[in-house]
This record gives sequence, C-alpha cells and structure tokens, in this order.
Amino acid sequence: MRSRRPERHNGERFFGNAASRSWAALAAAGLLWVAGCGTAATGRSTDAGVHGAVRIVVSGSSTIGPLLREVAGRYERRHPGVRVDVQTGGSARGLSDVRRGLSDIGMVSRALTEAERDVRGYVIGFDAIAVIVHADNPVEELSMEQLREVYRGSIDRWTPLGGRDEPVVVVHKAEGRSTLEMFLRATGLDNREVRPDVVAGENEQVIKSVVANRSAIGYVSLGAALYDIADGAPIRVLPLDGVLPDENTVRSGTYPITRTLTLVTRPQPAPAVTAFLAFVRSADSADLFARWHFVQEVSATDRPPTVY
Amino acid sequence: MLRIACASAAGLSFLVLGLIVAFMVAESVPVWREIGLTRMLTDPDWHPTSGTFGLGPMIAGSVSISVAAVAVAAPIGLGAVLWARYYGPWWLGWCVRGSAELLAGIPSVVFGLWGLTVVVPQIARHRPPGLGVASAAIVLALMVIPTAVVLLDAAVAELPGEWRSAAAAAGMGRRRWIWHVVLPAVRPRLILAVILQTARGLGETIAVLMVCGNVVQWPTSPFVPVRTLTTTVALEMPYAMGTHRAALFACGVILLAVVEGLLGVGWAVQRVRATDGS
Repeated sequence: MRSRRPERHNGERFFGNAASRSWAALAAAGLLWVAGCGTAATGRSTDAGVHGAVRIVVSGSSTIGPLLREVAGRYERRHPGVRVDVQTGGSARGLSDVRRGLSDIGMVSRALTEAERDVRGYVIGFDAIAVIVHADNPVEELSMEQLREVYRGSIDRWTPLGGRDEPVVVVHKAEGRSTLEMFLRATGLDNREVRPDVVAGENEQVIKSVVANRSAIGYVSLGAALYDIADGAPIRVLPLDGVLPDENTVRSGTYPITRTLTLVTRPQPAPAVTAFLAFVRSADSADLFARWHFVQEVSATDRPPTVY
Repeated sequence: MLRIACASAAGLSFLVLGLIVAFMVAESVPVWREIGLTRMLTDPDWHPTSGTFGLGPMIAGSVSISVAAVAVAAPIGLGAVLWARYYGPWWLGWCVRGSAELLAGIPSVVFGLWGLTVVVPQIARHRPPGLGVASAAIVLALMVIPTAVVLLDAAVAELPGEWRSAAAAAGMGRRRWIWHVVLPAVRPRLILAVILQTARGLGETIAVLMVCGNVVQWPTSPFVPVRTLTTTVALEMPYAMGTHRAALFACGVILLAVVEGLLGVGWAVQRVRATDGS
C-alpha cells in the first residue's frame, strides 16, 4: 500500500528545512520585492489560456499541504493542461492569500470562524491531534485535566500519572502554528500559562524531541505520529479520557482534540477551481486521505455550513 | 568588456547587500513604529500574537550560547594549533589541521542531529530536559573550532624562522618560547578569531534550533532551555502575519547590526595589527 513515500517526509525529515526554507524565502523575497513582487501569482492564476492551460494556485496549512500535493499530482495526470501548484505557509497565510487574490484555494487546518465568512469554505475532512510519549514510558492514558495540569506545570513529574519518578519534559509548539491553536482551544489553556521545556516548530521536530527524551510528552498531527510509528519511531499515542484517536472517534468527535480541514476560495470560484475541489472531495482521492491518516468528508455540500 | 563585467559583478554584490538591508528594514517598519525599540527590549514576555514583544530573553539567549561556545572553542583551537606545531609529530599535527578543516565542511544540520541524538540525551540523564544553553554551546563550540584553528595556524606559520633560532640561542625552552613569543605575536589573530567565532555563533540557526529548547526565558542556568534571535525567526516566520511578521524582521535587523558591529571591530583589530608594522 505504501509503495511510495509520501512527499512530506522527503522534504521535512530534517526539520531544519523549515528554517532554511524561510531563509531562502527571505532572500528570494528580497529580490522579488525590488522587481515589484505580488504580480507573481496574482494575475496569472486560473486564466484559461490557449489550449485550455489552466493554473490553480493553492497555499496555506502545512498539515493539509502534503495531502493536497498528492491529490493535485493525481488530478494533473488525469487532466493534462491543468497545473495545480501547492505551497505551504500556514493556515493564516492560506486565508490571506485567497483574500488578496494571490491564490485560488487556501488550505486552513481548522473550521472557519464567524469573522471569516467573506470567503467560501469547504470542509474536506478531519484530523486529530495526538498526544505522544516515548515508547518506554509506562503511562497508559491521560485525562484532559491531567494534560492541562502537565502543560500548566502543576504536574511536573510522571509519578502521579503512573509513570517513573522522572520530571515531565513538556514539548510545546511555536507561536502561530495552527496545531498550537487547536491544542489551546481544546484544552482551554492560555498560551501564557503553558510552562514548556522545549518549543518545537514542525511536527517532525516534536517527534524527534520525544524520541530523544524518554520522559517527554508532546502533541502532533495524528497523521504525522502514525506515519512515524509505522516507520519505527519509538513513540506511543496516548488515549485521552480513555479514547484513542482513530477514524471512528475522530469522525464522531468522541476524541477530544480534533480539527476540521477546510479549503477556502473567493465567493465565486472559477469553474476549474470548482472542478478540482469536487475531485478533492470525491472517492477518487479517498485512498490519499487514508494514506495521510486523515478522515475524508465526502457528504458535505459545496455551500458553507451555517454554523462552523 | 572585462572591465565592465567586473564592475557589474562588484556592483551586484553591493546591490544585493544593500537590497537585503533595505528590505529587512522596510519590512520591520511597522514594528518600530507601533511597538518601538524600547518596548521590544523591555517587554517581559514574547507573545507576539497577544501583543507582547519582549526580545530581551532571546538576545540574552543568543549572547549566552555564543559566548559559552567561544569560551570553550577558542582555547581548544589555540591548544590544538600549539600542540600541532610544537609538540606533536609533524604527521599528527597535519592530521589535526586537516580534521579541523573537515569539521568546517560538515553541514550544520548534521551537527544539530548529532547534538539532539547524542549530547541532549546525555545531559538529560542528569539535568532534564537536556535541551538548553549547555547543549547548544557544546554543539556550537564544535562548529566554530575550525575558525580558530585555521586563523591561528596561519598566524603561527607566519612567524619568522629566525625568531625561533634566536630564541633557541637565547636559551629559551619550548614553554617560554610559546609563552613569551608566540602568544604575544598571535594575539591580534586570536582576538579576530574570537570575534569571528562569536559572529558565527550568533548567526547559527539550524543546529542551535535543534538543541537549545526554544523556550522564551532568561538563561538563568546552563541547563535552562532558551530561545535565540535566529531560531525565533526560523520557527515563527512561516506562520507569522502582520506585526508578528514585522517583529521577526526586526529580530533580523538587530542580529544584523550586532554581527556587522562585531565584524567591524574585527576589521579594526586587523587594521591596528597591519599598521603595527609587524
């Protein structure tokens, strides 16, 4: 089934990449800025030129990005003449790119808020945030309250949680990441009360930090955790309030930290964009969702639900 | 033709530097205007999405890691050079110099991985979480040792051969020769090496990112996880918007100013040495 490694791990195996990418982007941006940047993606997207050459620009969440890149690859093979460019840079950027007309589709790894009704939202699926510990950690499960206390620092040893007499090493995420926002929203924590021992960026960096430290705890996208476990990483996903994240508990919302994967467009998307969106939500891309351990949402209509 | 080609190549390097500086400053303008340098240095905390922009802990983190790394690396570099030149057999000395140069060629992400998988678990055994000033300084020290070895070895090699003969004639042993002749002669180079190492350390990103822990807090002990200016930019830039993004550019501007300042000092030291007429 996993004949080809999903692309994410080729690029993001070394989590240093995010950093080098941003420096490279910085330098490139410096040059573009002079050349009058901003025209790069704008005018050209979705204009059906001669021979129906269509370019669809997708940007946003790095959680959805790797999945959509594979869906796009399959779509391009089936529709020669259509090019789908997928760029990642975070959910917030996905939204602002669509608003500013820099991209056709924005990837947002959460549900839209009331204030974001100026764009059109399409729920494509669900993801869970998995709480992970080192495989050697004897702790079997956590309640949400225990998780909160661990992140607040009021539980700072594993003993009261049923583990070894070792300090808890709390791995947290850097400001601005949507995984962080989801975690804070689900736990009800304010970022200022969190007492982290390690702050990481990408999911991969969180996993590496937990692998390197057998008394660490962290949280990552479920897909990333399962992928690395299948790859032999010595980590375990902990049940929360007795529920392990899997397709059923995520879809039903029984698992406490789930998030909605949303694509956004301008209110009147071009036909080429609508066609691609339909493909993303069709059975044709179901196996790709499964490969990334996401739960696909196929039943939703094209209209934004009234309540997110 | 050649002249024009060379002139444009020279012009281009100036242009690129100028454009990068201009770009960084322009992108950070909102934060200078809305928040200001004073608040960025005095705000107690860094929560840019909730309106606090204190860079103090990150500046302290950058400086403490670099200073600790150089405090380890500069003496090791000097010791290695003196041993290779005056104590060890010539072929081992050659190996020492060669391995220092090879060390310089290792990509920093490899140093970071080594730090995360070897240094961090060792330190974590005694002082969890293991990520922090100490781990970062150890990794960084290894990365900057070659700078000292290469610079100091060249300086020692430049010492006139007659000096050694004169010293021998004056009855100086190896220890006195090193102490009274070599060290004073290479002192400007040593200062330069320290400055270059510090500048390199302040600017290092990936390796430090992987082992420093990245928690925004003051470096109150060697085992406290800290954040540096560079890792803040690397961690948050892909996701930052608005003032947050501008604040990250301000980090870059501050870093650039500090590093360029240090390089300026290094250049001045070199000038002084040159005009000494040595």
